[in-house]
Amino acid sequence: MTTLAPIGRLRGRTAPRRADVVFRGSTRVFGGAVIAALGVVAAVLVVSSAPAWTRFGVDLITQTTWDPVRDVYGALPFIVGTLYSATIALLIATPIGVLTAIFLSEFAPRRIAIPLTFTIELLAAIPSVVIGLWGVFVLSPFLRDTVDAWLIATLGWLPFFRGPSFGVGLGAAGVILAIMILPTIVSISREVLSSVPSSQREAMFALGATRWEVAVKAVLPYARSGVVGAAILGLGRALGETMAVTMVIGNGQDIPVSLFDQAQTIASKIAVSFNEASGGLQSQSLVAIGLILLVMTLLLNVAARLLVSRAQKGPAR
Amino acid sequence: MVTEVRSREDEPAVTTRPTIAPASARVPAAAPDPAPAARTTKIEARDLNLYYGSFRAVRNVTIDIPANEITAIIGPSGCGKSTFLRSLNRMHELAHGARMDGSIRLDGVDIYDRGVDAVDLRRLVGMVFQRPNPFPTMSIYENVSAGLRLGGGPRPTDLDAIVEGCLTRAALWDEVKDHLGDPGTSLSGGQQQRLCIARALAVDPEIILMDEPASALDPMATLRIEELMLELRGSYTIVIVTHNMQQASRVSDQTAFFSMGEDRAGYLVEMGQTTTIFTNPREQLTEDYISGRFG
Amino acid sequence: MSAAPGTLAGSRAPFAERLAAVRGSRRRVVDRVMRTVALVAAVVCVVPLAAILLFVVIKGAAALNLDLLTKPPKALGTGGGALNAILGSLQMVAVAALVAVPVGVLGGVYVSEFASRRSARTVRFAADVLVGVPSILIGIVAYTLLVVPFKQFNAAAGSVALALIMVPVIVRTTEEILRLVPREIREAGLALGVPTWRVVLSVVLPAGRAGVLTGVMLAVARAAGETAPLLFTALGSRLVNVGQFGQPMDALPLFIYNGARQPIAALNEQAWGAALLLLIFVLGVNVAVRARSWGGRAA
Repeated sequence: MTTLAPIGRLRGRTAPRRADVVFRGSTRVFGGAVIAALGVVAAVLVVSSAPAWTRFGVDLITQTTWDPVRDVYGALPFIVGTLYSATIALLIATPIGVLTAIFLSEFAPRRIAIPLTFTIELLAAIPSVVIGLWGVFVLSPFLRDTVDAWLIATLGWLPFFRGPSFGVGLGAAGVILAIMILPTIVSISREVLSSVPSSQREAMFALGATRWEVAVKAVLPYARSGVVGAAILGLGRALGETMAVTMVIGNGQDIPVSLFDQAQTIASKIAVSFNEASGGLQSQSLVAIGLILLVMTLLLNVAARLLVSRAQKGPAR
Repeated sequence: MVTEVRSREDEPAVTTRPTIAPASARVPAAAPDPAPAARTTKIEARDLNLYYGSFRAVRNVTIDIPANEITAIIGPSGCGKSTFLRSLNRMHELAHGARMDGSIRLDGVDIYDRGVDAVDLRRLVGMVFQRPNPFPTMSIYENVSAGLRLGGGPRPTDLDAIVEGCLTRAALWDEVKDHLGDPGTSLSGGQQQRLCIARALAVDPEIILMDEPASALDPMATLRIEELMLELRGSYTIVIVTHNMQQASRVSDQTAFFSMGEDRAGYLVEMGQTTTIFTNPREQLTEDYISGRFG
Repeated sequence: MSAAPGTLAGSRAPFAERLAAVRGSRRRVVDRVMRTVALVAAVVCVVPLAAILLFVVIKGAAALNLDLLTKPPKALGTGGGALNAILGSLQMVAVAALVAVPVGVLGGVYVSEFASRRSARTVRFAADVLVGVPSILIGIVAYTLLVVPFKQFNAAAGSVALALIMVPVIVRTTEEILRLVPREIREAGLALGVPTWRVVLSVVLPAGRAGVLTGVMLAVARAAGETAPLLFTALGSRLVNVGQFGQPMDALPLFIYNGARQPIAALNEQAWGAALLLLIFVLGVNVAVRARSWGGRAA
């Protein structure tokens, strides 16, 4: 050990400061808590649903009978309902959302783009149950009397538009979901489009292209994977949406075919049935289909995020 | 080159292999000129090697830095000047994968010894950075007093006097005395740098390290910083890294010239009195650099 | 684009003619039309927001009266108010925030300041995954862990579920804000001989204070609007519950959901009133917080 005088101010210290250890340690505990939370969530869902899996196996997702009386559970109608409503939402929201993103990123002057983006993003902040309330009492009757009526009258011979319409049903759920995922698609697409280097646009302009052509032939292709990612992220959101969907999708038990059929999604089925299920096989089956939902949304989110981050690193390949 | 400035807890602690060789047994690579009798050595580095992971940034530096004088470190970019400087206040070890071996002694005390707390060391060895970095959420007053308020230990009762004293020594008092409550970032670049110097002075260091302190400033502000350095000289040991040779020749008492070897590690080529280095250096490499033939 | 490459200068039409050719061309028309279509799409995006706001304000205001704010629902028939829901929301969100804010902020500090690259990646991944978990599944987890063992629906489980939703959001936003604090600020603090923990708390966190606060408030607003996690935990209750976290508790979202489902007009109206209250809070926080950070943001 070296002597410490004359620099007596360098105190001998053989251990790191206690405050540092405590502080670091506690932040590490909280960081670890996040990882633990994820583990707990996954574990609880898997363990709670295990009996249902062992009992039904694949039948849980391929059979159509959900019968608490006979204790037999097949969730195919709900899975179809989930995918069907999400697809409708995507078909409606993607074109509108991408066009809006192009408008905000390429055409709108900043004075308009900034408040408009702000307003659209505000839509995402509205609680799902409030949108559901509006959906039940305003949107559904409106759809029933206008859009649905017209569709049934003109295209009612197609299985997709077979009436009658009660307002609530699969189509209404699709429309509500479209409204809810629109801000996601718009804001992520807009960010991805904005981050395309201006040199790309300038090159196109210099060739004599119109503004629309620049947007569609230079900017959009460059950011293509990011826009696709935005849509996939929207899809993931749509799959997991619960309250608004529960309130407008009716309460159907069968596989929906027509837009006007009453239906059920995985999330809505859990929402309405979980509290009544008495903890046995029915509860376990509900958790099991919840697990399916989780896996679906997780995969979609991962894929979407990969696409978006790839888009922000360079041109689409 | 310095990639992260926070301790990475999963990385191994700084591996020090101190060689406690008596100072008299080692002759520095470049024999210094006969020094005036009254000079004492404040900092001694012996066989200092600094690494980032497996990359050696500084090779075998042996150097004596005298007390209460200004020592300039010059050399081309990338030759380890800043890395060497940061090893003197143990900021180097905050970088990702940083290692060192060799020894650095301050008044004879090995600063990398296990018994020495780096945090305490940094109160003794202050640092001024290339770009002024006042704390953005603090006022001028709070910036200057930050080291005293946050560094542990009791808050001094005469904080106002200390703040005034440091701002005066940093030649900033007259300009800010009426608005000490304004944010530190509301000052001009040159003023912010003097604020940072005042902040470093407030914790009463014995050594001040300056890493290209005027490179981000305009000529007028640079001149004030240089005047400031000369004023601080007798009370503090100052080590300044600069790529501006004229600045080194203007302010420093001795100069150390670093260059980069073929292994891309920096090493000390020559050190001596500033006048000698700039008029009659011993090494050809030094002569070339001074006269602008490379670097 | 009308001249083929390689044509000689002398064989091209005069510049003015070529310019005129583009002006009236089909491409111009397409450009105008599609830009209008894009504008229409943007307007269409705003319509639902406007419609929802309009109806909630109109119908909600009609139902807003002193009773709604100060009385619990009547035991029989209709009438009374939403006091149980208002107090319940306030309590459950406050307790959830009390837990989630320190855990989230300090967790974010860990990722930004102390974690190794691998640990940081893991925590970030876990947080991102948790953010994407449908909130009804969080409710199931809280139910399994905190309702089943006690055979009792309780508000504590509801708060825990809300906290589970808030923590990953706050961790990510805190981490991203702190990452933006320049390295030199940290270095300046450390070079002064200030210990690391003090540098983080007194220099780095204050520098990121605004952004961290924004993240926290947005997370609180989101928790206030969540229904699904409360369905199986706090369950809801007609009774006013103050402080009894071992018992069921109502909340504004639950009140709205239940009120909307009843075939009784008076209850539907109360749901609109509660929706207005909830919307005022949630949108108020969002506007206040986002408007501040929109101040200098580039489009």
